[in-house]
Amino acid sequence: MTRHFRWLLFIILIVVVAVWVALPDNPGIHLSIGGTRIDRDIEVRQGLDLQGGIQVLLEAQVPEGATVQPESMEAAKLIIERRVNALGVVEPVIQLAQNNRIIVELPGVKDPDRAVQTFGQTGRLEFVGSGSTPLQLGELVTTTLGGPEAPATDQQDGETDAAAPDAEPLVYETVIEGRHLSDATVGYDELNRVQIEFSLTSEGTELFGDFTTENIGQWMSILMDKEVISSAVIESAITRGRGVIRGGGSGYPLEEAQSIVIQLKYGALPVPLEIVQTRTIGPSLGQDSLQKSYVAGAVGLAIVAIFMVVYYRLAGLVANIALAAYAVIVFAIFKNPFQPVTLTLAGGAGFILSVGMAVDANILIFERTKEELRLGKSMRSALEAGFDRAWSSIRDSNISTLITCAILIYFGATLGASIIQGFAVTLAIGVLVSMFTAIIVSRTLLRILFSLSGGLGRNWFPAA
Amino acid sequence: MIDIVSHRGRYFILSAVVILFGLISLIAPGGLRLGIDFTGGTLWEIEFGEDVQPGPIREALESLGYESVVQTTGDKTVLIRTRELSPDSPAKSAAVEALSDTGGEFVELRFESIGPTVGAEIAQRAVIAVALACVGILLYLWWAFRQVQGAFRYGACAVVALTHDALVVLGTFSILGRIFQVDIDAMFVTAILTVIGFSVHDTIVVFDRVRENLLRFPNEPFKLVLNHSLFQTLGRSLTTSITVIFTLLAIILFGGETIKWFAITLIIGIVSGTYSSIFNASQVLYAWTEGDFNRLFGRVFRSRTPAGPDVQGA
Repeated sequence: MTRHFRWLLFIILIVVVAVWVALPDNPGIHLSIGGTRIDRDIEVRQGLDLQGGIQVLLEAQVPEGATVQPESMEAAKLIIERRVNALGVVEPVIQLAQNNRIIVELPGVKDPDRAVQTFGQTGRLEFVGSGSTPLQLGELVTTTLGGPEAPATDQQDGETDAAAPDAEPLVYETVIEGRHLSDATVGYDELNRVQIEFSLTSEGTELFGDFTTENIGQWMSILMDKEVISSAVIESAITRGRGVIRGGGSGYPLEEAQSIVIQLKYGALPVPLEIVQTRTIGPSLGQDSLQKSYVAGAVGLAIVAIFMVVYYRLAGLVANIALAAYAVIVFAIFKNPFQPVTLTLAGGAGFILSVGMAVDANILIFERTKEELRLGKSMRSALEAGFDRAWSSIRDSNISTLITCAILIYFGATLGASIIQGFAVTLAIGVLVSMFTAIIVSRTLLRILFSLSGGLGRNWFPAA
Repeated sequence: MIDIVSHRGRYFILSAVVILFGLISLIAPGGLRLGIDFTGGTLWEIEFGEDVQPGPIREALESLGYESVVQTTGDKTVLIRTRELSPDSPAKSAAVEALSDTGGEFVELRFESIGPTVGAEIAQRAVIAVALACVGILLYLWWAFRQVQGAFRYGACAVVALTHDALVVLGTFSILGRIFQVDIDAMFVTAILTVIGFSVHDTIVVFDRVRENLLRFPNEPFKLVLNHSLFQTLGRSLTTSITVIFTLLAIILFGGETIKWFAITLIIGIVSGTYSSIFNASQVLYAWTEGDFNRLFGRVFRSRTPAGPDVQGA
């Protein structure tokens, strides 16, 4: 007897926690344990298809046959994260996919196209030699990087300038580019003037060394997307891969130096990225779908509950209680503050579907029980036999569903198709939790019912 | 007690007929309407402030070099299908301008644009995913049924059943595509994988009972055991399918437009899955075990001297 009540206590505890997590306007967890502080909100994370937003898949563009370095992709991801943060998007998602793609999701963004334009810039960094004259700050030039091409944007307002300047554009030689730079910091020289210190990769060292040796006294400029951000004279050959850029007589103004260093470190994408997939959902469509999902979910649950009671009577009622516990626990898992599951429309469909399938375990048990009753067993032993015998079917069939979920997660992972993954994860969580509620919750409730009522007659359970 | 196994010929023919209709539609030109997820391109649904006609919209886009198919999905909403339009490209801004010039102010309901390489990839991944699912299930069942004689057959028959279901769904959607202009997209593949999962789930429940009965009554004739198992699991199969179908109906009736076809795919698959678990999987198992195929082909190749044991099917 006490064993069953202990299980009941355990179940009630879980359900209470789940209900607390699942309720809206949850205050969240804010507490200090020892020296650490935990501050988490507990709310439903809505996917793109519910709150609206944009998802793009960026692919690194490399020449035929070349492969992308993982470090380049990591760096590109960091850079995009910074740019996206500057946009002020709440809860963006930026992830690497395969070895040459980045998924960017911006939920709830008002003007998706503009947002994408902001972070999608190449940010190509180059050091070019400009001969005996310095290039002016902000000037746009053509370089040998990426083939000579006319500067695409007029620096004033971003409009495409179709007409080329009257003279044939000078093409400047690119010495090193962003990927050759390994670090940059603001430093001070012996007179405490601000300077920029940088170091190069081994490949960069070689290229830079060769160029500076042959061009002492000439000017060099640093370009970002073909725009000059700094110019300086090559004072000596830099062959060790470490150099400084002095800002003229009094050194750089500190802010300018810092800005240049940030651009050197973070402004340049090591590889150009191209958008290969875009999905935008307008917020109105999303909210509309959300409302409808709630209705569909409620109706679905109601129909199943009614059916269970009509068909299995009291046992059906017990199954419904287990079903309610199931729904609350699954929802709480979605909302959990440590690793929340983003709720998408497909995820909602997965949840509703799993409600139908969660009931299946109970149906298996009850049908089995009916058979045992037909064999002449007592109500109690028929139920116990039902639970025991049905377990292998439940286990095997659920494992096959889980295999399918695993494959769906794999299928969705590489495409940035978080919608597919959302569905699979929802279904998988549903299957696992349903095994718990159908077996443990129903069994405990039924056993307790038995011990409380001293054995129920057979007429509260439908015989075949 | 119903004898399902003896009538297996009938059920095979029924399945064959249903699949044949679908296959014909699939093979005929325009078999499956592939959505942009597979072909690449742009799907753009916008809502104008006033009623619009598709004609001027199409012309406006064509003049920009984007041949499109424009459908109205409401008085004020249009669905545009055209080739890839990147959101950070001047082309899209130009298109936006042209559209607002033609139809007035609009709101973007949804916009999807897929490059051609990604599209081909999705198709490839879909096929691999389905193949992997089949292999995974085969292996798992082989292991789970290792105590029974001819364990490999159970997995194989489950795969036959799920292939049947997949073909039914594909065939049906080929026909639906012709009538309702429904496209196949990545969600459709998700639905098919779910159908496969459910079909196997269902089939396993039947086979599980067969295994139990075989181990409990090792001396009964196979046909009897099969029929018995089928009869015992009938109640459960139908009931579970009904509950799942209820929940899916709720989605179709009350859920959003975007999720509707997904739910319809699932319903078709689940009905087929229930049917195949009861009327196909076990029958193939029986036919295989009792040598139906040998006899069938033996009759075809009558000139060959009959070799091998003469197996009497009950």
